[in-house]
Amino acid sequence: MKMLVDIPKCIGSGQCALIAPDVFDQDDNGIVVVLREDPQDTPELREAAAVCPAAAIEFAAG
Amino acid sequence: MSTPLTTVHETVPGYPRVRDDYVDPARVLLDLPAISPLTFAGGSVGWLVTGFHEARSVLYDPRFSAERWRGDDTVRPIPRRIRENRGLGPGSFLSMDAPEHDRYRGLLTKFFTVRRMRALEPRIAEIVESCLDDLENAGRPADLVRHFALPVPSLVICEMLGVPYEQRAGFQRASARLLRQNVTEAEFEENFSALIAFVDDTIRAKHAEPGDDLISALVASGELTDTEINGIARLLLVAGHETTMNMLSLGTFTLLRHPDQMARLREDDTLVPLAVEELLRYLSIVNAFPVRVALEDVEVGGILITAGTCVAVSVPAANRDPELVEDPARLDVGRSRSSHLAFGYGIHQCLGQHLARTELAAGYRGLLKRFPDLRLAVAPEDVPMRSDMIIYGAHELPVTW
Ligand code: HEM
Ligand code: SF4
Repeated sequence: MKMLVDIPKCIGSGQCALIAPDVFDQDDNGIVVVLREDPQDTPELREAAAVCPAAAIEFAAG
Repeated sequence: MSTPLTTVHETVPGYPRVRDDYVDPARVLLDLPAISPLTFAGGSVGWLVTGFHEARSVLYDPRFSAERWRGDDTVRPIPRRIRENRGLGPGSFLSMDAPEHDRYRGLLTKFFTVRRMRALEPRIAEIVESCLDDLENAGRPADLVRHFALPVPSLVICEMLGVPYEQRAGFQRASARLLRQNVTEAEFEENFSALIAFVDDTIRAKHAEPGDDLISALVASGELTDTEINGIARLLLVAGHETTMNMLSLGTFTLLRHPDQMARLREDDTLVPLAVEELLRYLSIVNAFPVRVALEDVEVGGILITAGTCVAVSVPAANRDPELVEDPARLDVGRSRSSHLAFGYGIHQCLGQHLARTELAAGYRGLLKRFPDLRLAVAPEDVPMRSDMIIYGAHELPVTW
């Protein structure tokens, strides 16, 4: 599994930082910061991607 | 297998706004196809979206405009002032599209991050405790809306914005009236102007004497005119208390009517954040919006929506779509977090969502702890529900303990 985060799409909702704080944070302007480029595939990670209002978090096989 | 369009897509004569059994979406909303024709309040025929996936695609797609003056509305015609001024004025980014919307929102996201809201937790808990004192001192029975659900978010947003709470009469009344479904042109005009004047005074005071608050920070940033700051502050003020207030009261009402769910929360208060998400989904207090206008022809769920047509998303219906969660009609405070649409979706998704989550968690937690024997002081049918308002909830909630 490979995670792809399209940062320019991010609207700073903070949902990912709330749900998967090990993987995501927000910078001073609220925009997503990826703490782990190669995170473990957890239910929280999938949930964060599913709720992202900007559809900015995706996964690719491999 | 093809069904004639006329039977599948019967025009819904008006947005079904009255709820079943106090909080459930009107049955007809749940029986409709994911997208059906709807007659809007101003008389135009557009579309009503009740399907979860279809709702998301509309709210995510920039070909659907949030500029309300372009279209029609679900439960009341667009006020003349909004049509003529092409919106609610500078800074009112809820009804703007990119890139204008993004500029304002971008200046504000930093005040509403998860981190910022975590830092506010102790202060919010303090405010909750002081309102609980007030409720207790009011004596049994007491109106939970007046003594708890309204003051908690009002105090929080006033403090955040730097609006003196002692002057709350100046905005609470105006903002409540603006959210009435049957507001007349004259009332809209009067209350809208009152709100502008009230916020103007506050901004002027911040120029003279800046404080450690959001309005002062916007003034100091030098990036916005006072008119723009006024639009932003009005939006935050209204959105910041009317919504959370209704979630606090309707959430309490609902837990009182589901003693098994209430007991689960009392037993294990770590469930509270999940309960907040579930109550947001289950209650979906945003009754008859968001509404968008197609800027070009767009296909959604197999339906061609032509340029200029309005689309209303029913959050209550979409949040009860089995495509979102299993057994959507069941309230389950331990349900794993869903992708509910209570805060919307796309670029307009609620800016204050983590503030609301923090207030709601602190509010429900505090209430359950303080009043182990909390109950309704009247029969449920005697609770005046807000079927006449843009945001659903209870006008009053008499409780005892
Ligand atoms: C439970 C409480 C709340 C609910 C259910 C709620 C719901 C919503 C929804 C559905 C939208 C999207 C509207 C659309 O797409 O047209 C929205 C936007 C917004 N909300 Fe909330 N809200 C809540 C609390 C708050 C609070 C506490 C604030 C405080 C500051 C706030 C500020 C805003 C703002 C500024 C927007 C406009 C965002 C934009 O256009 O980019 N809301 N809210
Ligand atoms: S959930 Fe999406 S929009 Fe929100 S902060 Fe994370 S990446 Fe950005």
